[in-house]
Amino acid sequence: MSLIRIRGLARRYQMGADTVHALRGVSLDIARGEYLAIMGPSGSGKSTLMNLLGCLDSPSEGSYELNGKDVARMTDNELANIRNGEIGFVFQSFNLLPRSDALHNVELPLVYAGVPRTQRRIRAQEALDAVGLKDRVHHRPNELSGGQRQRVAIARALINRPSIILADEPTGNLDSKTGTEILALFEALSRRGNTIIVVTHEEEVAQQARRIVRIRDGLIAADEPTRAHAVGIESAPPVIHPPSA
Amino acid sequence: MRLRDEIRESTRIAWESLRSNKLRSGLTTLGVVIGIVTVTLMGTAINGINASFRQSISTLGADVLFVERFPWMAFEDWRVFRNRREITMQDAREVERLLTTAVAVAPQANDNGPVIYNHRRARGVWITGNTEKSLMIRGLSMAQGRWLTSTDVSAARPVCILGSYLAEGFFPHESPLGKKVRVNDANYEVIGVIEKLGNFFGGWNQDNQVIIPVTRFPQDIRPRPDYSIAIKAANPAMLPETIEEVRSILRRIRRVEPGRPDDFAINQQDVFVKFFMVFGGTIGLVGFFITGLSLIVGGIGIMNIMFVSVAERTKEIGVRKALGAKRRTILVQFLIEAATITLGAGLLGLGIAWPVTLAIDRFTSFAAQMSWWIVALALFVSVATGVVAGFIPALRASRMNPVDALRAD
Repeated sequence: MSLIRIRGLARRYQMGADTVHALRGVSLDIARGEYLAIMGPSGSGKSTLMNLLGCLDSPSEGSYELNGKDVARMTDNELANIRNGEIGFVFQSFNLLPRSDALHNVELPLVYAGVPRTQRRIRAQEALDAVGLKDRVHHRPNELSGGQRQRVAIARALINRPSIILADEPTGNLDSKTGTEILALFEALSRRGNTIIVVTHEEEVAQQARRIVRIRDGLIAADEPTRAHAVGIESAPPVIHPPSA
Repeated sequence: MRLRDEIRESTRIAWESLRSNKLRSGLTTLGVVIGIVTVTLMGTAINGINASFRQSISTLGADVLFVERFPWMAFEDWRVFRNRREITMQDAREVERLLTTAVAVAPQANDNGPVIYNHRRARGVWITGNTEKSLMIRGLSMAQGRWLTSTDVSAARPVCILGSYLAEGFFPHESPLGKKVRVNDANYEVIGVIEKLGNFFGGWNQDNQVIIPVTRFPQDIRPRPDYSIAIKAANPAMLPETIEEVRSILRRIRRVEPGRPDDFAINQQDVFVKFFMVFGGTIGLVGFFITGLSLIVGGIGIMNIMFVSVAERTKEIGVRKALGAKRRTILVQFLIEAATITLGAGLLGLGIAWPVTLAIDRFTSFAAQMSWWIVALALFVSVATGVVAGFIPALRASRMNPVDALRAD
């Protein structure tokens, strides 16, 4: 059974008198453990697809089953629960809370999940260990480098043991060396069995995945496996272990 | 999400937000601080007025009537009363003779005048003409010596009783008893001193008083004094009946024709109480309304700053929603932030109002009293201001669409 099963997914926006068809009926199946890239130029509808996949938005038409649950017709609060439990977000601009230290940023999803404080602390600590930030636990985002910030964000995405890690241009704000490190981290996470969906417009980033879905004008233009994904992995830093998943 | 964690997380967010915007938070808080200070001071003032009123009114006696030419509180034209005949000693005697529902009746007279002992002179002393029964009617007690006897009164002896203020002023190191003082240029022997009475309504010093036999009044103080008749009712529960009896006796002896209004007034402390209830209640309402306005202004400031705070943190709201925060969580977060600001303002306001109250109480004759209910009220009002003012901004935050919120800068 697929982890994600999408049929005829469409999303329309009303812009004044005009209706914008951002997504025109997309069908897609993603299996557990896949490492998938969604590619497309800006305006293609890839961001809309990502928002729908991430349960940040609801479709105008079509069905979306995540982990056997129909999320297309869920209420705001139900979607909040899905986002909390099933999806780990990694954003281009990291989106860490600026006034909180790394530990608090990472434990935040657990706060919303209602996990007791001591347990939260332990798990957040473990997650930070797993992304190689053991000694940066009490640093605030502005005391961390870009790569370190993205690692904190990844630790935060992993903390709730989500079904999907959804990364939106995860290397977009990083230099190429740091970007490579982050991609190596995704590779390691994928090898540990995590399902990863990366939204990007960079071919090199997409080629790290096993499968690429290309979006154009609100439709799937191509769905193909990647070439051998050997670039950069051997030169990557030591493999970092994700938290016990 | 559990409520305790929710509150802890929200309080933490509120604190961090306040800390990172110290000046802005401080300025915003100022409005609420001022509001709370004024509300608190208003409360202490009303508290103080109530307390001093209760204390003052108790010196009048609940079951005592005062028959006088003029009512204490009149809302009619003064000309209605101006031509009334004086209350005479004869009236008092007749009332005393005829009245059946009273335990004591005493004519009394009042005036102001100087009292001199050796080279010490007290001006504007309240000179009171009393009888042997006045002690009981007025509910006074003796600190030293004795009260007037019936012989003192009937023989119009030149004896007097001093208020504690005069006694202390004239005789700081000796007993006043047996000493001669001059009351309005006539010699009087001091036979007693009454217990300290305090101020009436915070102003007039009741201890700056000298009491002489009422029968000496025409001779030494004023030729035709305007007497009043103090009547202590036999049964306080039957005060209305006593009033009726007094009225009918007076109408008869003063020959008021049937159908014409009384040419005298029967006063009792009740009018003060009624007056106070209406007047004090109105002052209180107006006061709370005005101070409430300052709180509303403060609340608008809070609402404004919360809108700014929500707008500034749109992205943060998006992130929190992406991580699983529900609408309610965001709502509560911002409500707690607003309430934390105003609670802080409330505590600060109390911190300012408290010493001010103590200073007023200490350095003015006005009795200001801080009490636990004022503290509770101030804190409640401050939190309520925050919750009310923060509600609309918080609602706006909670209803943000996560996609749009995340896209914000």
